[in-house]
Amino acid sequence: MSAAQVTEATIKELRGLAELAVELAKKAGADHVEALVRDGSELTAKVRLGEPELVQEAGSRALGLRVIRGARRATTYTSDLRRDALEALCRETVTLAELAEPDECALPPDPKLLATSLPELDLYDPAVAEVDAAWALKQAIAGEAAARKHDKRVTNSEGGTWSRVIGGTAFATSGGFSGGYRGSYASIVVEPLCDDDSEPGNPKKRNGFWYSSSRFLASLEPADQVGIEAARRTVATLGSRKVDTQECAIVFDPEVARAIVGTLFSVANGSAFWRKSTYLVGKEGELVASPLVTITDDPLIPRAPGSKPFDGDGLATRKNSVLDRGVLAPVLCDVYSANKLGRASTGSAGRGVGGSPGPTTTNLIMAKGAMTRADLLRQTPRGLYVTQLLGFGFNPVTGDFSRGAQGFWIEGGELTFPVSEVTIAANFDQILKRIDAVADDLELRSSTAAPTFRVSHMMLAGK
Amino acid sequence: MVTSNLPATLRAPFAAGGASSIDPQIANKLLSAALAAGGDYADLYFEFRVSADYALEEEQVRSVGRGITLGLGVRVTKGDATGYAYTEDLAWEKMLHAAKTAGQIAAAGGHAPVGIDTLTRVTTPSFYDVPQPTLVMPAIDKLALLRAADKAARAYDSRIVKVEASFVETLKEVLVFTSDGKMASDIQPLMRFGVRAVAEVGGKRQAGSGGGGGRYGMDYFARPETEAAAHGREAARVAIAMLDAVDAPAGEMPVVLGPGDSGILLHEAVGHGLEADFNRKQTSNYTGQLGKQVASPLCTVVDDGTIVGARGAINVDDEGHVGKHNVLIKDGILVGYMHDRLSAKHFGVEPSGNGRRESFRAMPLPRMTSTSLYAGPHDPEEILKSVKRGIYAKRFSGGQVNISNGDFVFSLSESYLIEDGKLTAPLKGVNLIGNGPDVLRRVDMLGNDFELSDGIWTCGKDGQSVPVSVGTPTVKIGSITVGGTQAGGA
Repeated sequence: MSAAQVTEATIKELRGLAELAVELAKKAGADHVEALVRDGSELTAKVRLGEPELVQEAGSRALGLRVIRGARRATTYTSDLRRDALEALCRETVTLAELAEPDECALPPDPKLLATSLPELDLYDPAVAEVDAAWALKQAIAGEAAARKHDKRVTNSEGGTWSRVIGGTAFATSGGFSGGYRGSYASIVVEPLCDDDSEPGNPKKRNGFWYSSSRFLASLEPADQVGIEAARRTVATLGSRKVDTQECAIVFDPEVARAIVGTLFSVANGSAFWRKSTYLVGKEGELVASPLVTITDDPLIPRAPGSKPFDGDGLATRKNSVLDRGVLAPVLCDVYSANKLGRASTGSAGRGVGGSPGPTTTNLIMAKGAMTRADLLRQTPRGLYVTQLLGFGFNPVTGDFSRGAQGFWIEGGELTFPVSEVTIAANFDQILKRIDAVADDLELRSSTAAPTFRVSHMMLAGK
Repeated sequence: MVTSNLPATLRAPFAAGGASSIDPQIANKLLSAALAAGGDYADLYFEFRVSADYALEEEQVRSVGRGITLGLGVRVTKGDATGYAYTEDLAWEKMLHAAKTAGQIAAAGGHAPVGIDTLTRVTTPSFYDVPQPTLVMPAIDKLALLRAADKAARAYDSRIVKVEASFVETLKEVLVFTSDGKMASDIQPLMRFGVRAVAEVGGKRQAGSGGGGGRYGMDYFARPETEAAAHGREAARVAIAMLDAVDAPAGEMPVVLGPGDSGILLHEAVGHGLEADFNRKQTSNYTGQLGKQVASPLCTVVDDGTIVGARGAINVDDEGHVGKHNVLIKDGILVGYMHDRLSAKHFGVEPSGNGRRESFRAMPLPRMTSTSLYAGPHDPEEILKSVKRGIYAKRFSGGQVNISNGDFVFSLSESYLIEDGKLTAPLKGVNLIGNGPDVLRRVDMLGNDFELSDGIWTCGKDGQSVPVSVGTPTVKIGSITVGGTQAGGA
């Protein structure tokens, strides 16, 4: 079945629900109310070895409420949206707020600051909603088949998956904000598997994947191309081995480079700052990374995966600098963390149905450099080219970074053999400052994106 | 057993006497509709979940929250293929739509209507001894726990500059009907208490955390070792201890894992690889290894959903099978996998009670419950003394595994250098990386001091999170790669 289109009328209906909740909570005694409604419909079609494995289709809708009474706040959520249930929830939320202690910083923004006109960002493609399970299965089958056909060393598969989400978001506040928007997202993933008998007596399996995702159906890469790239990446890991423990250059592939950029945000945001839970506290305006590094957060790029017209506090979204040629810009803040830090919000609030707002990123992008990836590699005599990171070894308070890594050994400026079961470690401060080359291969494949870059040296632990 | 004398707001609307009470007749109509297009099997999973959370920060109660989730998930299988749909609205036409949508996975063929007289109720065991779930107790009691933890952490040392404490509690009621005639229900209480402390001196900062919980009532906090203040002191202790941390070494060396939370290593190194879906698909590196030596003969590994009060305990899994004690590795030999219905059918064995799901929005998968490495013969002191230079791992922040090649990492948040059999300097946060089967073969000493972790762990797989427990005695691994920054550390 294709899904019902999310229309302007749907958004109006969702806004109506959010506004109703605001009204009911005010009636129940709240001083301030914010209500978020999310409506979504998903389709996942997964195949394995050419046969359908899972077709999942459903729609869901939920409402999240934050009320403030006498500067005391409570947050609740429900998927029961009948009027009497909503009324009961509003009363209960107001009562719950009595349990909290007053916190002036939790007050909503001055109504004068709320967004009044919303930019049209073109985030919804009706063609994504029109896809039915049969078509999605065909795409998944084509992607997986292309991977298996591309190289006979692909002996098994974790499958091909085509999925989409379409939905609407509406947000209303007692300060007078009411807005909504719709969005669509489609993706295809192919996960081939190889048998690796390169080590006598210790047979292993090697997995890999490749994907394409977009808000627009026509922008998805063809399924067979995704499959071929997935096969190429997986087969390349055959014969992976450990290397000796040593200090060496580390080159990050864009898929892991973006994880490093995401890690930077986890220590450079208003919430981490007021909590002092980051080694970057007090470093705004200072050089905290190589001058080669510039990072922005831009919610206003039409059709981009992370774009949105207003933030989780109802403020207008805007492009913000995160790192400007290595200098740490004022960190991204929502209203609460901005209040805690005694400054203005950067319009960076994220909010889920089940919780309080907090700073978040939209399209977090590291700017590209001037050299090609090939030149960057050519200028690297030896080191590790990292394609996958494993684990969560990062301490935001101290910056200590130690994670599992997989990739290829670089010798004489060329990728030689595949490497696995090693870790790379350094303090994050050093990692950022030691970035000494940035390539020009930036692509906005997901909401956090970065080009290939090189860190002059890190400790690699292996044999 | 959880009392059924719960306040009306905590009882599922689909329970007998509820606003949308589901009886076997309604269930049979839905199952018949789900199978009408020719599916082999169908099940219905009704779920009602109430949760509450409380957070204290800067010595103030900062947020109080509550949430309600209700829905039905319908699954239809045809061969190895699954159709899945769900609804949050228990109105008849919405449930019927979900059943028909899930049923479309099967090509037209028709199925005999499900006979109502075949439904038998699964006798639910009782692995949670919680007459009064915490959710029915006054919120003010929970706020007092947060304050006690905060106070204890601050009192521990004047260098503690920040404390955050949180309490999360849920009560989940499930009702399962299957087309092969089972009906099962369960009420599952779960709570988790957490404290995080930050220590600061002379511009140096470190964080530490403590916490625990499980399927307990408020009586959990009456025990001296798990009272709120004890968790506060533990968070402060770790933060203070780590202030003096030095750079960790890099390279292969012996590692001794402390009892309890070290079970994370087990969970990652071997647990996931023994979930039968990976073996059914032959994507795990344990595929085809049944009956073979996959670990040191010292190792016996068990997954056990029946440990009373454990975070990973389950009376019935999310497919209606009762929780079980399953031996996975016996004296180093692989003897069994963890199964859900689909994989059990494939391997021709009984389901092992491991079919779990995050919510009604997702299909069940083979998942761990409480996974333990049983105690061995060695005195923990003797194990330490056997190490000339290595690392002692005490607290962990998590781990991850690549099922296919077996590589896994896990992160140490509190560890020490071992020099000449004694603990010396605390080490900065560091990762260990190894290959599951290699590492388990290198377990060369095993302590007699088994501990089950206090309940804080959550396992993620295919985007689904479920609560689990882990347990180990003191374990010595002859050699594993330590991901520090100091070369020549070994």
